[in-house]
Amino acid sequence: MSLSHATPMLARGGRHTALSGRRAWLIIAAPAVALFLAFWLLPMVKLAGLGATAPTGETANAYWLVVSEPRYWKSLFNTVGLSLAATLATLIIALPVGRFLARHPSFPGRRVLMSLLIFPLAFPGVVVGFLVILTTGRQGVLNTLSQLLTGEPTVLAYAMPGLFIGYVYFLLPRTIGLLTAAVEGIDKQWLEAAQTLGASTWRRFVDIELPALTGALTAAGAMCFATAMGAFGTVFTLGTRIDVLPITIYDEFTNYANLPVAAALSVVLGLSTWAVLYAANSLAASR
Amino acid sequence: MTHSRFDTRLGLGITLAVTAFLIGPVLLSVTAGLTQNYFVGLKSGLTFQWVVQVWDLYADTIWRSYGVALATLAVTTVIGVPAAWVLTLFPGRLSRLLEELLTLPVAVPGLATALALIVSWGSTGWLRSSVAFIVVGHVLFTLPFMIRAVRASMQGAELVVLDEAAATLGASRRQRFFDIIVPAAKSGIVTGALTVVTLSIGEFNLTWLLHTPLTKTLPVGLANSYASMRLEVASAYTLVFLLMLLPLMVGLQWLATRTHRTGSLALGASS
Amino acid sequence: MTAPLATDPLSITLTHCAKTWPDGTRALAPLDLEVRPGETLALLGPSGCGKTTLLRLICGLERADAGATIHFGEQAVTDVAPESRGVGVVFQGYALFPNMSVAENVGYGLKIRGVAAAARRDRVREMLALVELEALADRRIDQLSGGQRQRVALARAIAIQPRVLLLDEPLTALDARLRQQLRVDLAKLLRRLGITCVIVTHDQEEAMMLGDRVAVMSAGRLEQLGEPETLYRAPASPFVADFLGTLCRLEGAVVRRHLGVDTLAFRPHEIAIVAPGEGLPATVQARFFLGSQVRLELALEDGQRFTALVASNAPWQPDARVGVRMADAAPAALEEVASC
Repeated sequence: MSLSHATPMLARGGRHTALSGRRAWLIIAAPAVALFLAFWLLPMVKLAGLGATAPTGETANAYWLVVSEPRYWKSLFNTVGLSLAATLATLIIALPVGRFLARHPSFPGRRVLMSLLIFPLAFPGVVVGFLVILTTGRQGVLNTLSQLLTGEPTVLAYAMPGLFIGYVYFLLPRTIGLLTAAVEGIDKQWLEAAQTLGASTWRRFVDIELPALTGALTAAGAMCFATAMGAFGTVFTLGTRIDVLPITIYDEFTNYANLPVAAALSVVLGLSTWAVLYAANSLAASR
Repeated sequence: MTHSRFDTRLGLGITLAVTAFLIGPVLLSVTAGLTQNYFVGLKSGLTFQWVVQVWDLYADTIWRSYGVALATLAVTTVIGVPAAWVLTLFPGRLSRLLEELLTLPVAVPGLATALALIVSWGSTGWLRSSVAFIVVGHVLFTLPFMIRAVRASMQGAELVVLDEAAATLGASRRQRFFDIIVPAAKSGIVTGALTVVTLSIGEFNLTWLLHTPLTKTLPVGLANSYASMRLEVASAYTLVFLLMLLPLMVGLQWLATRTHRTGSLALGASS
Repeated sequence: MTAPLATDPLSITLTHCAKTWPDGTRALAPLDLEVRPGETLALLGPSGCGKTTLLRLICGLERADAGATIHFGEQAVTDVAPESRGVGVVFQGYALFPNMSVAENVGYGLKIRGVAAAARRDRVREMLALVELEALADRRIDQLSGGQRQRVALARAIAIQPRVLLLDEPLTALDARLRQQLRVDLAKLLRRLGITCVIVTHDQEEAMMLGDRVAVMSAGRLEQLGEPETLYRAPASPFVADFLGTLCRLEGAVVRRHLGVDTLAFRPHEIAIVAPGEGLPATVQARFFLGSQVRLELALEDGQRFTALVASNAPWQPDARVGVRMADAAPAALEEVASC
């Protein structure tokens, strides 16, 4: 094309380029939206609908059964209790680690330490379950040590304590990164100001650091809780006799072929985890 | 700023204890996978026989996991990068809602997503019996991570302004997308890609319900070996899995420290 | 009767204070400095000169290299932790606690000291009255303007009746007009408090206005310490002369021929422009009307350029040939500068 002719070179698209130009981009998000609708949202709606049907041999619909039967309640309470305990333990352990890493940005071996702390992030639940068996199972290190020292066997792996250890194991790497970043984000001058005003390390922690970390702790806690609520691989490896909701759902689906109840429980589990995450994130964002 | 010595020592102590708690069991597992007889201990001698046995028994799951991960990566890249750009262009409430929706498969337990998929698509025979069914699940679960990583790099680059500048120079949308947007988002795409592959290779919750005896992936194989194989074989299998993860995690962390000091990774809820 | 605004002023004595960072860079060369009781000392210098480091050594947030001692009055505080030094600090960004209201911020140091709630309330009210912010006691920090934040930070620092008051660039975060006004308010308040005070600033006007004495620093070294007027009239080094206002230098054969000196150093308002034939011949290159003054850009016949500030009724226009000589009121001290 010659550059010398007098008429200006116009971009295609005419007069409404600014507005319609932007709008026209929308089409390229269509594949992602279509995939989401076809393979997640509509299936979920269908699953929710299935929960409203009656299982074979029952007259009430599955949601009613789930709400009225104590054994489902017990399963839900177990799951919530375990998830809360694991979340709290994780936050309490991860906070000093995050503080230490954030406050010491350069010491020999910090990189390696970070890598080691983060590596288990990619482990699926089944692997975590296996590691729990290796350490606290019948042939685990803990049992060997315990028999050597006290003569009594100590086996935690196949019940709630083992599951708790496993949950803390996979929650820690997720939480440490978040809290380290949050502590790094605290304005150092706040702490220095408090220090010159006479506040001890402990008072600075309580009065300045904790309030500044509330948002991050809420968000991290919600993430931990949601992850723990839905965790399946770990408990699957440790033994299907532990009564938590994901195992109950799995049992209803595979062993009893009770699809309506499995669907109803999934919807209850999904909604409750999502609600916790959503509430916590809104809370954290409003700070 | 001065730190109290007690504070520092307590922090260091807890950090080292946590590291031991996280890495100790891994070392134990690696040792078990390389020991003749774990119950006798290291004095029974070291061996690769369990690793070889794992290869004989489970090589197909390893290749299948790589295949599923790459297919998942291809789909998430092709549909995720454009979606990330649209979300960047429209920073309004609707856009936030859309992102929130796309993140639901991560927020909601994998078991529920898998059940929903089976209820709606389980009777579509060719899909149910093929690896594609697993790929669909993995795409749902990993897409939010790709979108988040790519969006982060798009926002940093003030890409909206660059795109408008290219538009005033007469570039078409297709040209702008491939000449301006994709190159600017490159680091995010690479981070997203590594995240997607890592998550896909380790995904169990969805896969366990979606797989068939002919479409077992590595974590499914791991679960089988934990239930039915001797401890040494299970450990050796775990070792192979860890070796597959290692380069991915190293790469992810290298990328993270390049852009951000802490190196907190983008992997979220996934157990 | 409420507590006095401040305790009896103490001196601050630094002996052989140096600071080396862990990576080996020297932030501060060994330095001796005495801040007299009740005086306000301004630490002035460009960024990175070590003035903030010096301030942080005084309040204890950094530890000096071995061999240094710091005294508040008679008491050695070298090894006293910052939380026990009893210093009031106003930080550069004010560092107000976002999770506390204005009143809670001001009262925080008192709460730490275990002051009872009622007494605390009174003291906080008194402090807020002092900085004229009584009405904002219950506001959140993010609802305050920059100037209000500065005053809250000041109130918080003096509420604890500190032994010494340290201010790190207290006005830098504010816009120019506000800065002018708060500078006057701050000067009045410091005089009223009578507390020993160290102010870090990179603004020479601020330093001269607020400081009873000014310490000019450069590259981790104390260049000169003295009253503002002394520094201005008798700078000990070219750096000090240049940092406290513009300094013009002329030299070479032309200067020698007409004035009989090798170098002439002067400030723009210290020369007089006269008719050609008298003094150093020069040409007016540009003229800027500044209201009360006129700024002339001039050049010698050999091309050396310099600036003059003259009365706004001066008739000189561009291209005019003029003569330049020292103004009658120009101090003899300029000869000293010329030789440095």
